Amino acid sequence: MNKIISLLCGIVFGIGLVISEMINPEKVLSFLNIFSDWDPSLAFVMIGALLVSTPVFHLFKNKKKPLFSSNFLISKNKEVDKKLIIGSILFGAGWGLIGLCPGPAITSLALLNVNSALFVTSMFAGFYVASKVN
Amino acid sequence: MNIVNFTPITSLSGGFLIGLSVALFFILNGRMIGISGIASNFLISKDNRMQNFLFLFGLILGPLIYSFTTSKEINISISNSLSLLVVAGILVGFGTRLSNGCTSGHGISGISRFSLRSIIATITFMIVGIITVLITGIL
Repeated sequence: MNKIISLLCGIVFGIGLVISEMINPEKVLSFLNIFSDWDPSLAFVMIGALLVSTPVFHLFKNKKKPLFSSNFLISKNKEVDKKLIIGSILFGAGWGLIGLCPGPAITSLALLNVNSALFVTSMFAGFYVASKVN
Repeated sequence: MNIVNFTPITSLSGGFLIGLSVALFFILNGRMIGISGIASNFLISKDNRMQNFLFLFGLILGPLIYSFTTSKEINISISNSLSLLVVAGILVGFGTRLSNGCTSGHGISGISRFSLRSIIATITFMIVGIITVLITGIL
């Protein structure tokens, strides 16, 4: 059951990225371009997502267990440390260079775009290096 | 500042779907979605590997199902500079794992939980993204 849910959640998430146009790097870059021609749309993606996920999380977080798994896995890390800040700075720079973050990058593989495949391969190389450093 | 190409309705609707996916994954499977975490765990860890793979596979199926059912073409425009793609990809991969989250993990799942770490991470990568676009616009 967990596996079917994972697949379905991936599909819904991917369709969300398409409808919101978050999958289009040009749209992302013009969202970040606040000092000239600014497209504020993507703020609404975040608002829309949070409007659904926030109440659901708080309604269910104190339940004993999820419906199809033995326990909830929620990050307990509360530390605001150098890794968090440096990592976010590096991610922000990469995001601003191309306009792709991990979700849209992987989703865009569906379009058989060579450039997005190159980006995703490099991103996985980054994951691998980080796993050796961490 | 000029406001251009503003599409609040489609952005909000797409956002609802993303939020729905995060909510369902939590209620049913007990995990908070962060794509960088799911993707890197699929690469380096045996735990939940099939679940992680199927989620990523679903992401890729999403646009195909969308195009098939709506007969709409999905057009994206992406930089052609190969070296920039490689550098940015490594920065995104390395950076999101160092900080344990990306736009989804910190920006949606983390903020849903009111995690201070995630709020700080989201503000940081947004500001750095804006500065990066500002600088590349000038160069």
